[in-house]
Amino acid sequence: MRTIRVDDVTAAIKEMCIEANHCLTQDMEWALCRAREAERSPVGRQVLGQLEDNLRIAARENIPICQDTGMAVIFMEVGQELHIEGGSLTAAVNEGVRQGYREGYLRKSVVGDPIVRENTRDNTPAVIHYDIVPGDQLKITVAPKGFGSENMSRIFMLKPADGIEGVRDAVLAAVKEAGPNACPPMVVGVGIGGTFEKCALLAKMALTRPADQRSEVSWVQELEKELLEKINRSGIGPGGLGGTNTALAVNINTFPTHIAGLPVAVNICCHVNRHCVRAL
Amino acid sequence: MDRHITVPFDDRTAGELRSGDYVYLTGTIYTARDAAHKRMYEALNKGEKLPFEMKGNVIYYMGPSPAREGRPVGSAGPTTASRMDKYTPALLDLGIKGMIGKGKRSEAVVEAIVRNGAVYFAAVGGAGALLSKSIESSEIIAYDDLGTEAIRKLKVRDFPVIVVIDSQGNNLYETAVSQYREEE
Repeated sequence: MRTIRVDDVTAAIKEMCIEANHCLTQDMEWALCRAREAERSPVGRQVLGQLEDNLRIAARENIPICQDTGMAVIFMEVGQELHIEGGSLTAAVNEGVRQGYREGYLRKSVVGDPIVRENTRDNTPAVIHYDIVPGDQLKITVAPKGFGSENMSRIFMLKPADGIEGVRDAVLAAVKEAGPNACPPMVVGVGIGGTFEKCALLAKMALTRPADQRSEVSWVQELEKELLEKINRSGIGPGGLGGTNTALAVNINTFPTHIAGLPVAVNICCHVNRHCVRAL
Repeated sequence: MDRHITVPFDDRTAGELRSGDYVYLTGTIYTARDAAHKRMYEALNKGEKLPFEMKGNVIYYMGPSPAREGRPVGSAGPTTASRMDKYTPALLDLGIKGMIGKGKRSEAVVEAIVRNGAVYFAAVGGAGALLSKSIESSEIIAYDDLGTEAIRKLKVRDFPVIVVIDSQGNNLYETAVSQYREEE
């Protein structure tokens, strides 16, 4: 059995929090560049140009891409043949977030209680999702999530009779309502199926898929393409200031569901769709 | 149209700005977001003094990331304005001339903008690194305990914004979007 230490997890999470907040993945950079080239609105092209400049400044001068450096959402895929020693894994993850947000000059945006609302001052706790998988590795995905777009996300408990048309209308309604609030051009993560909480998780995970990678399921792939086209005909545009690029990608994940239900979750992310992946 | 203006500004300047104008702001602005607005609102209701003069000033809805050594501020882009809608009409009635944020405003805010001859600007959401380059200094002047949500006095130079809602109530989010909408 392979063994790793929790200290190594802390060190990795710390670096990943800093990296994710300063550099987007290549697929996101390309998607922004393609959007600028295709944009018909002059204001839209200007906004997209500013976003590309922003990425260059962030990387060159070590300034977070966005001041909302997010609540740290972390996916942990733990190999069932891996042994992790040296203390609590969850505590180690939170320690990595604490160190990353402090040493990386990232904003502390977490309050300890949703009503009392006192800032925890170290951006912990993270939202951690564990999954047990075959193998002896630990795959970590750090995805800091800003709340301008998180606030515009929605869950719809549709019924089987609503069908694919219902799904389509739900996604478009969420995007339209989000409009300029969600910092378009956005990435739209959609979860279809499962239960109330499962579809939300599917939508969140969909945001970590590369912007240029379509679903392998043919009807899902068709729906992703169709929704992206429809969203880009909404007129919302970059910054919500009008234009032909409102979304960079629509990523849909599906899961089996109950005979009585058709849950749909729409998790909207701004153009700063951050994620960083590492295997230990 | 491109315009360079100094802040704070007067009624005449506010009245000349039109929805869709690109504006570069130079001068002094104040940051306040959710928690600072709540506190100012409570102070007003208790008849207490506000931490800065409202008349003619511009509020930037922004909570920066921490500044690295030798820099005035960290990443510094706008936050969603609608969360401040509940508190905004009262501040406009006290003389606030401009707000910088992103996203839609409520009917009540639009009415208060028109009633007071004020302006709502948008800065590009998610461009915090770029926008920080137009901020020359930052000083916490109130509510220090709120951390990133404290009220800061910022000196800005050519800070780039676009007029979304002007003093006549024209709204770029509505006009520009309808121009590019192609619905079946």
